Amino acid sequence: MHVEVRGLNKKFGDFQAVRDVEFAIGKGQLIGLLGPSGGGKTSILRMLAGLEKPDSGDILFHGRRVNDLPPQERGIGFVFQNYALFKHMTVADNIAFGLQVKKWPKPKIKERIAELVELTGLAGFEKRFPHQLSGGQRQRVAFARALAPEPQLLLLDEPFAAIDAKIRHELRSWLREMIDRLGITSIFVTHDQDEAIEVADEIMIISKGKVEQKGTPWEIYKNPQTPFVASFIGESTVIEDIASLKGFEAAASWPGTKGLIRPEYIEVGKENEFILLSATEAGRVSHVHFRGSEWLVEVQVGEIKLVTYRSLEKKVLQPGEEVRVLVHRAYLFNDNDNWVMENKLKEDPLPVHI
Amino acid sequence: MTNMLQNRWWSWGFRSAILLYFILLIVFPIIGIYGQSLTNGWAALVDNLTEPIAWKSVLLTAKLALFATIINILIGTMAGWVLIRYRFPGRSLLNSMVDLPFALPTAVVGLMMLLLLGPRSEVGHWADSLGFTILFHEPAIVVAMVFVTFPFVIRAVQPLLEEMDASEEEAAYTLGASRAKTFFRVILPAMVPGIMSGAMLAFSRALAEFGAVVLVAGNIPGRTLVASVYIYGQIESDNPAGAAAVSVLLLTFSFLVLWLVSYVQSRRTGR
Ligand SMILES: Nc1ncnc2c1ncn2[C@@H]1O[C@H](COP(=O)(O)OP(=O)(O)O)[C@@H](O)[C@H]1O
Ligand SMILES: [Mg+2]
Repeated sequence: MHVEVRGLNKKFGDFQAVRDVEFAIGKGQLIGLLGPSGGGKTSILRMLAGLEKPDSGDILFHGRRVNDLPPQERGIGFVFQNYALFKHMTVADNIAFGLQVKKWPKPKIKERIAELVELTGLAGFEKRFPHQLSGGQRQRVAFARALAPEPQLLLLDEPFAAIDAKIRHELRSWLREMIDRLGITSIFVTHDQDEAIEVADEIMIISKGKVEQKGTPWEIYKNPQTPFVASFIGESTVIEDIASLKGFEAAASWPGTKGLIRPEYIEVGKENEFILLSATEAGRVSHVHFRGSEWLVEVQVGEIKLVTYRSLEKKVLQPGEEVRVLVHRAYLFNDNDNWVMENKLKEDPLPVHI
Repeated sequence: MTNMLQNRWWSWGFRSAILLYFILLIVFPIIGIYGQSLTNGWAALVDNLTEPIAWKSVLLTAKLALFATIINILIGTMAGWVLIRYRFPGRSLLNSMVDLPFALPTAVVGLMMLLLLGPRSEVGHWADSLGFTILFHEPAIVVAMVFVTFPFVIRAVQPLLEEMDASEEEAAYTLGASRAKTFFRVILPAMVPGIMSGAMLAFSRALAEFGAVVLVAGNIPGRTLVASVYIYGQIESDNPAGAAAVSVLLLTFSFLVLWLVSYVQSRRTGR
């Protein structure tokens, strides 16, 4: 289903939970709504489902305005954050509910249950009650129940939030696969960026009721359009006085400009590890942490503290060791503008002689 | 070590105290009644129970208590629903008034009923013109029973409704269920355990009601004489064995209901 939202606003009392939200989603896409909690993600989803009435704005499914349709008639499937399974019904009855309501003939219902139970890997659990299932199983029942009446749009509110980390990984790729296979347009909410990046075709970053940016995970990572997005996606350190770093002196010509540097923008090592030694800063290692697959190195450069990774293959650095630090690029922003600046010395190392 | 010993002693002491209390207050009197009813042997017990006035009073009480319970199930469920789900001026006042029947002395309730349903009252007048009398007939007993057991179902249903998750209801809507269908298939089943236990308590209490009923029942043996009034009468006329016999029947009845409800509930939830 093609979904379009225009100028969506929602207030709860005096509190503006959603403001001027606009987006369009193509058929069959899987979209992740990502943002800090309290940002308005659930509210947007609930308005799409018809569970909440927008104060203004239009919601269009297939180009048809559905604002005045009740949730019963929107043809959506909703997976609630807490699953909201019918506690007094078995797994099979939960899945059958939407079909019985729509007056499907009994044999067809039976067939559909069998199909979904198979699809969700719940075979053998049909007669269990929700309280007899694990979190992951409940999640899949909720998914099967929402899918049963063949909705055109699937809405999932933090579907994996209540599930422990290991199973969450499995369920994520399972969901991705499932949705690919069914080709159903889906929107899921999450506050976990890894989850959004791993699962979604496109991400919408939502903060304070606004869509900060919409794009593929790579676009958003590479080219954040607002300081919020830049700091929310990935890890980063904000540097107040970015112009004091070698190669970024030009930043001083825009007063009030700050820099944001990701660990992966920085290289740290001994002098002999760098070809462009002239572009590096002198620094001192302050902490080293083992991160399982790499070292996390904290290094002090003048007044600035930077964080970066170092391969396990390279020589181990010790706290207190003098090192060289190369900052490849920084994301600069001030009140009016934001852009990515490459290290000038790295681009053109010749003019500087030490 | 001493600490643990102390703890053990404490816990043992508490448990024993509670057990003793329970035995003294509940188990002994019940055994006592069963014993009393059998003082003159089985034959005497059977004699006392086959006395038509005795068994008719028990049957009448059970029948009317059942009526009262059904009425309470319907009205109590609706009242609980309205008090939890709707916001209107006077709601909290109304909510606190629900417990009034528990707070009032039952004799006062009986007097209220007498005045409310009597031939000189509006209600009595209106019933008269329709060709039937309430006071001193079965309807009066039912009304009195409904009044004194009114809070049970409401109070049992309210916490269930309160803790019910709104998202279950919303899930039903997104699956295409209308409001009515959602109520009957999602909300009501969640309320059933509360309704059942409330109804059971209401039924037991209605079976046993004396004060509110005695003033309005008329107490015609075999027609409007309820079991509790019969027991009182037997004690008054110095026949404790007859009183005990009917008491035992009532008790057994209450136990049966208790057991039946918990059996049905345990089967429903599969636990
Ligand atoms: N029914 C409601 N009444 C009042 N405030 C609400 C209601 N629903 C959400 N809010 C408020 O709106 C804001 C956005 O909430 P929500 O959409 O749930 O955010 P998210 O899902 O991104 O965490 C929150 O500050 C929340 O407190
Ligand atoms: Mg939320």
